[in-house]
Amino acid sequence: MQFNIRSSRAMITRALFMFFALGLSASPVFADGASSVTNIFKPDGPPARAIFDYTMLVLAVCAVIFVIVVGLLVYTVTRFRHRREDDGQEPPQVYGSNQIELAWTVIPIIIVFVLTLVTARTIAEVQNAVPPPKALKVTVVGHQWWWEIRYPDLGVVTANELHVPVSDPAQPRPTFLKLESADVAHSFWIPQLAGKTDVIPNRDNSMWIEPVTPGTYLGNCAEYCGTQHARMLIRVIVHPQGEFENWVAAQKPDSATDTNLVAAQKPDSATDTQVKAGRDVFFSTSCVNCHTINGTEANGKFGPDLTHLMSRQTLGSGAALNTPEKLRAWVRNPQNLKPGCYMPDMQLTDEEMDQLVRYLLTLN
Amino acid sequence: MVAANPEIPLARPLVSPSIVTRLHGLVVTVDHKKLGLMYIASALFFLVVAGLMASVIRLQLALPNNNIVAPDTFNRLFTVHGTAMVFFVGMPIVAGLSNYLVPLMIGARDMAFPRLNAFGYWMFLFGAALLFFSYIGAPGLSGHGSAPDVGWFAYAPLTGRAFSRGNSTDYWTLCLLVSGIGSLSSAVNVIATAFGMRSPGMTLMRMPLFVWMMVVVSAMMFIVIPPLTAAQIMLLIDRFLGGNFFNTQSGGSAVLWQHFFWIFGHPEVYVLMIPGFACASEIIPVFSRKPIFGYSAMVGATTMIAFVSMGVWAHHMFSMGMTSVGNTFFMISTMAISVPTGIKIFNWLATMYGGKIRFELPMLCCLAFLFQFLIAGLTGIMLAAVPFDWHLTDTYFVVAHFHYVLIGGMLFCIFGGIYYWFPKATGRMLNKTLGLWHVALFFIGFHLTFDTMHIPGLLGMPRRIYTYDPGRGWELLNLITSIGVVFQIVGIACLAWNLIRSLRKGEKAGDDPWDAWTLEWATTSPPPEYNFETVPPVRSARPLWDLKHPEDPDWKYE
Amino acid sequence: MINADRLNLPYTSAEWSLPSSRKVAITSLIVTESAMFSIFVVAYVYYIGKSLTGPYPAEVLETPIVSTICLLASSLTIVLAERSFKRESIGAFRLWWSTTILLAAVFLGSTAAEWKRLIVDHHLTISTNLFGTTFYSLVGLHASHVIVGLTLLTLVLVLSLKKSIRKADGERIEMLSWYWHFVDGVWVVVFTVVYVIGR
Ligand code: HEA
Ligand code: HEA
Ligand code: HEC
Ligand code: CUA
Ligand SMILES: [Cu+2]
Repeated sequence: MQFNIRSSRAMITRALFMFFALGLSASPVFADGASSVTNIFKPDGPPARAIFDYTMLVLAVCAVIFVIVVGLLVYTVTRFRHRREDDGQEPPQVYGSNQIELAWTVIPIIIVFVLTLVTARTIAEVQNAVPPPKALKVTVVGHQWWWEIRYPDLGVVTANELHVPVSDPAQPRPTFLKLESADVAHSFWIPQLAGKTDVIPNRDNSMWIEPVTPGTYLGNCAEYCGTQHARMLIRVIVHPQGEFENWVAAQKPDSATDTNLVAAQKPDSATDTQVKAGRDVFFSTSCVNCHTINGTEANGKFGPDLTHLMSRQTLGSGAALNTPEKLRAWVRNPQNLKPGCYMPDMQLTDEEMDQLVRYLLTLN
Repeated sequence: MVAANPEIPLARPLVSPSIVTRLHGLVVTVDHKKLGLMYIASALFFLVVAGLMASVIRLQLALPNNNIVAPDTFNRLFTVHGTAMVFFVGMPIVAGLSNYLVPLMIGARDMAFPRLNAFGYWMFLFGAALLFFSYIGAPGLSGHGSAPDVGWFAYAPLTGRAFSRGNSTDYWTLCLLVSGIGSLSSAVNVIATAFGMRSPGMTLMRMPLFVWMMVVVSAMMFIVIPPLTAAQIMLLIDRFLGGNFFNTQSGGSAVLWQHFFWIFGHPEVYVLMIPGFACASEIIPVFSRKPIFGYSAMVGATTMIAFVSMGVWAHHMFSMGMTSVGNTFFMISTMAISVPTGIKIFNWLATMYGGKIRFELPMLCCLAFLFQFLIAGLTGIMLAAVPFDWHLTDTYFVVAHFHYVLIGGMLFCIFGGIYYWFPKATGRMLNKTLGLWHVALFFIGFHLTFDTMHIPGLLGMPRRIYTYDPGRGWELLNLITSIGVVFQIVGIACLAWNLIRSLRKGEKAGDDPWDAWTLEWATTSPPPEYNFETVPPVRSARPLWDLKHPEDPDWKYE
Repeated sequence: MINADRLNLPYTSAEWSLPSSRKVAITSLIVTESAMFSIFVVAYVYYIGKSLTGPYPAEVLETPIVSTICLLASSLTIVLAERSFKRESIGAFRLWWSTTILLAAVFLGSTAAEWKRLIVDHHLTISTNLFGTTFYSLVGLHASHVIVGLTLLTLVLVLSLKKSIRKADGERIEMLSWYWHFVDGVWVVVFTVVYVIGR
């Protein structure tokens, strides 16, 4: 039997959407304009789409079974209920029937068999995809409780926000992710782009995404990883055609367009003495032990790379939006915004705080 | 009315003994009936405790960015809730029901090893005490921590010394080790009793299905609890002796723990569910006034489930990066389970078909069970569908699935069992009005909470998060989910009140209030210490039917 | 399928015989223990060759031939003891029983010596590397079973010397020997995995 599903899929899809209408009806706007959708029924790109099509088939099969069995249940219960005008006799005692047993053994076996075939096909389709030469390669490292994102071929390191180019179906440009963990198990999941894959220490896992619509996609760490598992969010920013290269250029340590970075590297050329003072605070406090700023002596690896901090939308892996006020609040005491996270309260004075934030704001 | 008649003088003291004497009696008892009731009472107590913890969880999640509990407190809540519900609610209910009923149903005077039986109960209680004591005791010498906060499957390396300081994880480990030994003792007992102490004439294929299923469950325990025990020993070696089993820094594997845990963990969920099936298999025939349809098919299906369930564990690990072959294999084995499970569902339906269904409380619970378990099983199939599971795993969809099976499936059957056998155990009926309130409120609450809970999962809400931001369409759904809990609380409170009240004020039940067919109804309610004066002859699976209907006995058709 | 015997109730005890609870229980115990050992064996096999640092098994392990022979022989002697018990020749029973104990003790002694050598000479402890962790746990788990067995065997010997063992205890003794055979059987597996495959 060849699955003649594709033609009727649209119909099933629509019907099933009604099912989940309740959930979909509530879709307010996300504060910072990022798409708030993390709905697995709004897939974007081949892997997510393959899963979605398959999902609809499974849902349809289950819906049919549900309707049939509930129908039988309701019929039996109403038809054979004890009636008031009953004669008080016991009903005929029936002990079983091998034919009937056989029937309801074989039919489920057939259903399961069919499901199995489709499933195996989809598993292979998604899991065994081979990266084309043009594919972007990214290494994602899970930390308690933030993501380190490295582009080994491009020499770029960032955190918590994965930037990728949009893929044109005519000229596919998928992104292949290598998943590593620095501590415990995490799981990388962007519902609209792909299923999740666990990020496990001492184990090489990988996955791929291929978004075809530019925009911001949200996701979460989906494996319990300790205190702040809830605030280990992910953003994927899909750049329109051609813009990804600009982003990469801006992230390069030696990027000439990055005047502020130059300012940071050569403090004497900094126009603002506050910034310079802030820089001193940064380098005289233990910030440098945990954070890296390219081109400076700060090369700590315990926390996120701060070289292009201001190019990020959020702080602390989605704990807050990256506004100057929140940045100040973060550095003042990260434990307020993200209780239990591994950046300590640095106990700075107000004046130091002002200067430090001025400096951090130049890191874009 | 049947063999053992109420005229037999019972050894009842004239003055009621003091509370101390009675408590002492409980502590030293080796009587399977007392132990069974103690198991069930403790389980219900922990159901309320762990249920209240769940209520706090729901309170915190009712609104986005809520601040009722701190992140760590929340993580402890769900860990202790999950652990307690599985090991100190589910498992003791299994042990309690089988302890109380297996000897009565096979016409035996006690369990094979009464003292081992008592030992099992106290080990279980000790384990539970360890879990809850961790709230006070776990800071230990190092001063870190409180109750365990690693989740009920405690994935490595989060449990390692580097990431879990203090002793909270050790309490978790030890409580499972200890209670595992307790469960094994009661499993040995059930098997030895059912194999070695059946009353004459009761061949294996004439045992009540309840006993069959309890035998299968106990046999499963022998095979699946030891892997857990072994894994816990390894974890202890890692934590106390500096071993490297799950220490990823020195080459250990985090995935090995996942395998070991789920080799236990998956069959464990059937260990919890099959006793539910067992209750349903007794209740549905009696209230449909027909014998179970396809007795031997039921036995076969149960055994099949037990066997196949040993080979499906990695469906909890579809997202951890198995090869596509591995994924496919475990998908097939998992889906295969729906075949024997389907056989059961259809057999129950066929039992009702052509019957005269009486809607007494036990039956109502079982009907709700059939409906809910069907949905739960189908969401299970969706989870077994690997690519779908890549989305669903570790989201609230999974949480909804397993509460659906555990509550909608197991707990409803257990409620049914309580309504069904309470008269036997106490000699009094449970109040029907209160019972209806309980079932109705709990039914409504259950569906409000757990139907709704599926959707946030589909909308991307991971489990085990202490809070979430508004804006992803989760707020309303979570609020509804939490509101459902209010109904559940009132429902359970009705049950608790009913149990306490009916113990004294309930209407007298008589020996056989449901006009049932298995041996336990042939003795008095409550049964005497020695269970039976004389056991009625057993010539079929329904000895009392044969007695009551000499003109049309079952054994003619065997 | 109605046979006359079924209708002829109630049964006499000769017609209606069921397995002994004790045998069922010991069988269950053995199943349980096997399941637990399998997990340790799986862990051992999984970690073969995965240690990041030495010492490695090939460098430090020596095949424990003598102790293996002792343990296997003890399975034989316990059978002989059991038979003597059934024949009610209590002297022979005590002799074979004591031999069993002796053999078990030799086994434990040589395990102890091996561990001492590994710890003192080769600095291999349970926390050194994966090999150490898995080796000591697996062999140690087995040794702990030998210790339990040895204790029970000694208890029986003492009771028999005090003449407080009767014919009726035959089944108890048989159960103990089942357990002992099981411990032996496990050693065969452990031996193969640790000393043959693992090197
Ligand atoms: C009582 C316990 C219980 C029971 C009975 C089940 C039953 C099933 N479960 Fe469930 N499950 C749990 C308790 C249980 N589960 C728990 C506690 C977890 C989560 C643990 C955690 O992560 O914390 C879990 C998680 C879980 C997962 C992992 C999800 C994840 O984390 O990614 C999967 C995946 O395959 C799964 C599948 C199934 C299946 C296929 C069944 C099947 O047995 C269902 C079979 C029944 C039917 C299918 C319905 C009746 C059949 C018919 C009417 C016949 C016709 C049907 C067909 C042909 C399809 N379960
Ligand atoms: C048998 C098993 C069982 C049962 C019955 C329940 C019952 C409930 N569970 Fe539980 N749950 C689990 C097993 C179970 N759970 C497991 C295994 C986990 C996974 C843990 C993990 O992730 O590690 C989990 C996790 C879990 C979560 C996910 C937490 C997270 O991932 O962050 C949630 C969230 O809503 C939840 C909610 C509930 C609720 C609302 C109930 C309700 O149905 C509870 C109803 C009961 C009551 C409300 C008690 C009644 C109280 C009274 C009657 C008091 C009044 C009476 C007197 C004063 C006398 N549970
Ligand atoms: C002990 C190590 C440590 C020290 C010292 C430290 N940090 Fe951090 N920092 C972290 C960690 C870990 C995170 C990630 C926290 C999280 O998201 O859970 C972080 C996150 C941040 C972030 C947010 C980055 C982002 O992209 O989300 C900023 C900004 C920051 N730190 C600035 C500072 C400054 C300024 C100092 C010095 C005053 C400092 N840090 C000192 C460990 C440290
Ligand atoms: Cu990282 Cu959860
Ligand atoms: Cu499972």
